[in-house]
Amino acid sequence: MSNEIQLSVKDLVKSYEGTSEVLNGVSLDVHKGEVVVILGPSGCGKSTLLRCMNGLEAYQGGSITLNGELVTKDGKNMTALRQKIGMVFQSYDLFPHLTIEENVTLAPIRVQKRSKEEASKEARELLERVGLLDKKDVYPRQLSGGQKQRVAIVRALAMHPEVMLFDEVTAALDPEMVREVLDVMLGLAEQGMTMVIVTHEMNFARAAADRVVFIDQGTIVEEASPDEFFDHPKTDRAARFLKTFTFESKRTKG
Amino acid sequence: MPDSGISILFTGSNFWRLLQGLWVTIQISLISVGLSFVFGTLFGLLMTVKNRVVKAFCWLYLNFIRIMPQLVLLFLVYFGVTRQWRINLSAWTSAILVFTLWGTAEMGDLVRGALTSIPVHQYESAAALGMDRKQTFRYVILPQTIRRLIAPSINLITRMIKTTSLVEIIGMVEVLKTGQQIIDANRMKFPTGALWVYGAVFLLYFLVCWPISSLARKLEEKRR
Repeated sequence: MSNEIQLSVKDLVKSYEGTSEVLNGVSLDVHKGEVVVILGPSGCGKSTLLRCMNGLEAYQGGSITLNGELVTKDGKNMTALRQKIGMVFQSYDLFPHLTIEENVTLAPIRVQKRSKEEASKEARELLERVGLLDKKDVYPRQLSGGQKQRVAIVRALAMHPEVMLFDEVTAALDPEMVREVLDVMLGLAEQGMTMVIVTHEMNFARAAADRVVFIDQGTIVEEASPDEFFDHPKTDRAARFLKTFTFESKRTKG
Repeated sequence: MPDSGISILFTGSNFWRLLQGLWVTIQISLISVGLSFVFGTLFGLLMTVKNRVVKAFCWLYLNFIRIMPQLVLLFLVYFGVTRQWRINLSAWTSAILVFTLWGTAEMGDLVRGALTSIPVHQYESAAALGMDRKQTFRYVILPQTIRRLIAPSINLITRMIKTTSLVEIIGMVEVLKTGQQIIDANRMKFPTGALWVYGAVFLLYFLVCWPISSLARKLEEKRR
């Protein structure tokens, strides 16, 4: 991790028409090579924040910049900017009409105008890395959820992004498939990829994060190193949130 | 058995005449289907436009065509419009016009349905990969839309083919009308001819529609 700020969110305000604000002045700097995990209760605005970072959602106030370039929903140059910001969604969203390899090579070939040979070669290398090379010619519907999600990660990586955003990527998976996806993400973190991760996997957050950001009701409530956050949360709100993930043995067995 | 009903089909040029009638049916169907697919695709795209005026127009057109029986539409165009504006439309042109108007509405609704059934996530994941709107539509949305359209649009083709039998009421002699003429002309000679002629007409419709629906089935299977 360096001191260079790659992705910067300043005083972000986001609201949907006719409702209260979803994000209420959020500021967050993500450094190059840093892994930031965003935690928070459902509906706190963490997914919305991530979607704003990729220009999928418009926002009403503040700014988001990637290497100094402004990220907004209908901004000019957004297609170029989005290529630098990879995003993986909860529901994988592979293209059902294309094979696994075609899913991975579509954007490199059509958007970045890379040669088919070169894109295929890279796609295969990436698929090999996540253990799915043997699936390159099948269609998404023939894969398990965990496999699809690994392909979705590979598809984003094939564009050579500078930042990767993960929006609850394991939330729709069966428990035994969560691990294979998280392992791929840990591998990426180790290679120095800049990552912003929204998740409900507390153990993973602790293992992968350089920094934990806790959001509630549209504002950042607490920001700390993972050990600090999980062992000694400073705010009452974070402590209560963490408590929901532990079970206290209240039952007397016998 | 000189008056066995089946020989009505092979007396004189009867069978040849039936085939000529079938050719008329096929021509009207093919031309209307072709035009309907072109205009229907455009109409379907138009229906996804968010403009209120456009929406209202599309709704009006779709429902007007749907509510009207095709029979009434044929009368309206062939007798009504030609009288009102003193233009001369042949039965042929009227038939093509009516079936194209109808097919465009139905096809448009199919295209709209297929387009709107593509999950919004598909647009978003394409956008997240840096694709612009044109690329997203061409490489992600369109191929999936076409796949979803195969079965219902082929179903529409067979419906249109069968419905062309209505054009006899504006004086066109297609396969069914030809059959009726043959039956009438041979009523004395072959009193039981009706069953055989209608049977032959049934068979001809079957021979035209069946390959089309089995093609649809094959394409559907390939999709799975």
